[in-house]
Amino acid sequence: MRHRGPHLLGVLLVLVISLGLVVITMAGATQRTTAAPPKLIVGILHIGSVTDGGYNQAHAEGIRYMQKTLPQVEVIEVENIPEGADAERVMESMVQRGARLIIAASFGYLDPALNVAKRHPDVKFEHPSGYKLAPNLGTYWANTQDGFYLMGMAAGRMTKTHKAGFVVALPVSFFLANVNAFHLGARSVDPQFETRVVFTGTFLDPGKEATAANALLDQGADVMAMIVDSPITVVQVAERRGAYSVGYHYVGVQKFAPKGWISGLAFNWGPLYVRFARAVMDGTWKSESIYGSVASDYLIIAPFGTAVPASVVRQVSASKQAMIGGQLRVFAGPIKDNRGVVRVAEGQILTDQDFGRMDWLAEGVVGQPR
Amino acid sequence: MSVPFLESVLLGAILSGTPLLYAALGEVIEERAGIVNLGLEGVMLMGAVTSFAITVQTGSAALGVLAGATAGSLFNLILALLVVTRRANQLASGLALMFFGVGLSALLGAPYIGSRIAGLNPLEIPTLAHLPYLGALFRSDILVYLAMPAAALVWWGLFRTRWGLSLRAVGENPTAAYAAGYSPRAIQYQALFIAGLFGGIAGAELSIGIAKTWAEWMTAGRGFIAVALVIFSRWHPLRTVWGAVLFGGAVALQLQLQARGASVSPFLLDTLPYLLSLGVVLIWAGGRHHAAPASLGRVFEGTE
Repeated sequence: MRHRGPHLLGVLLVLVISLGLVVITMAGATQRTTAAPPKLIVGILHIGSVTDGGYNQAHAEGIRYMQKTLPQVEVIEVENIPEGADAERVMESMVQRGARLIIAASFGYLDPALNVAKRHPDVKFEHPSGYKLAPNLGTYWANTQDGFYLMGMAAGRMTKTHKAGFVVALPVSFFLANVNAFHLGARSVDPQFETRVVFTGTFLDPGKEATAANALLDQGADVMAMIVDSPITVVQVAERRGAYSVGYHYVGVQKFAPKGWISGLAFNWGPLYVRFARAVMDGTWKSESIYGSVASDYLIIAPFGTAVPASVVRQVSASKQAMIGGQLRVFAGPIKDNRGVVRVAEGQILTDQDFGRMDWLAEGVVGQPR
Repeated sequence: MSVPFLESVLLGAILSGTPLLYAALGEVIEERAGIVNLGLEGVMLMGAVTSFAITVQTGSAALGVLAGATAGSLFNLILALLVVTRRANQLASGLALMFFGVGLSALLGAPYIGSRIAGLNPLEIPTLAHLPYLGALFRSDILVYLAMPAAALVWWGLFRTRWGLSLRAVGENPTAAYAAGYSPRAIQYQALFIAGLFGGIAGAELSIGIAKTWAEWMTAGRGFIAVALVIFSRWHPLRTVWGAVLFGGAVALQLQLQARGASVSPFLLDTLPYLLSLGVVLIWAGGRHHAAPASLGRVFEGTE
């Protein structure tokens, strides 16, 4: 028998594993930018990559804007943090490093943020789309349904096949509300419009998103929309197959579809993050649930593509003004679901509170909401 | 203009099945040589990120595939170092390799997220591309066309060459192979190197062929599915083709059914590929235990 050398083996294994851990930690490395003298340290954590052209990039560019506007603010930024215990540990370490405002920029960070907030009442927390508040934790989001209605109008004006394909991560109520709003907007200009939905079951799987988009395009859809973390895959598949696309989350996706880009609904978090940081520095910050609309400066319509005629752009902006003025309501009855059940009665109007309970897809949407 | 259901599902099946097939072919080679590689997911990710990065840098998808394959094989040699030279436990080493690959690819890929590439373009085969029902198949990228010939090549290499015989001998009984004058360690190194090429190509097809984008952990478990496919196909390279098409088909079918408005819950449809695999394994399970290489997962201690 040869000498087995368990020591060296053990050392090697430990080396590989620890190297892996180091690399993983580095992948989510902190970018710390200093500007003297720091009056406030802001911590922000992202679920994915800040260059994903989608959800995470929108938050990251908001922080860039805040840094530019308020040079006295220092930022601790961390990417690729899983929801759960890891997020809690990262937020705790941000507090230890002096952060007094923490933006927990993913839905699943809500409970970890609430835990850390309870332990540190002097630190303020902000959470996008959260449904719980604490004395030192506020939430912010916007009514995206109005924006999707406007996108649907543009899609309805552009389509030739009267069909859109919608790639959606999961059939959760707010996403169903977005799909319904998009569809209602399209139907307002094209009564025979049809929206087909495919749920991928995940927020990030480009391979599956490509297959889903192809399946929808095979069904004759010539406009693609999506609610996944990164719109890049779906937009690119649409472009290659000569279809139009409508983006979501981040404003700069147009470069992936120079020909077929219609427009997109995007978050411009910068101005809001500046207000958060100012409020914490002035001591005027208070815990509230901020819920914006297309009238807010942080929910914007992305620039329209070159294929979109001026008449469509005018119609969309006129409708946006009508929404702001209160003359146009997206979920005004009567609205039936795709099984023929009346979900919104004549004269009734659904409000933001109702979207959280939405479990149906509107008439003309092909898809299973449950 | 709609595409017929059958054509659409078939195309989706082959497209989603292609990365699985390449990965499973690599795993067949390794396991035939007696090594289980649970790090396949990491190998695929290294292939995916390298091919994407090189395609961004050079603008050439061909160079991207080449670089992805090379990265996959070099990365797989880490496993060779651990389990062949250092005789470490294969399952633990494989998992370590997977996590290492996930982290390293995320790090290397970070600057390339959001880059735009043309990627592998579809090559249209003149007359065949206009066939009814099957036309779309002949507008695929080069890696899709090469997948089945690759399976045949692996079959030929394993079952019709002296090298393949020695490789399988090592997987069955390394001591006997050693007594017959072969070097089990050298053969296992070769097997892992070649398997890494296949794993790297699988990743390349995913990042620059199908999705034309890079995202952290974009394999989303396909490496593990490929390992399961090898068991499912009972370590036979030609049967992995059926396994890959069947599993890819189940994924494509569930997305197609949704797009067509089938009145089944999307949650249930999402489990379809896994239910199908379970079902087939259940039906095929009995009396096939001899299919596994006898020394699979065992450490060859040497005979001196």
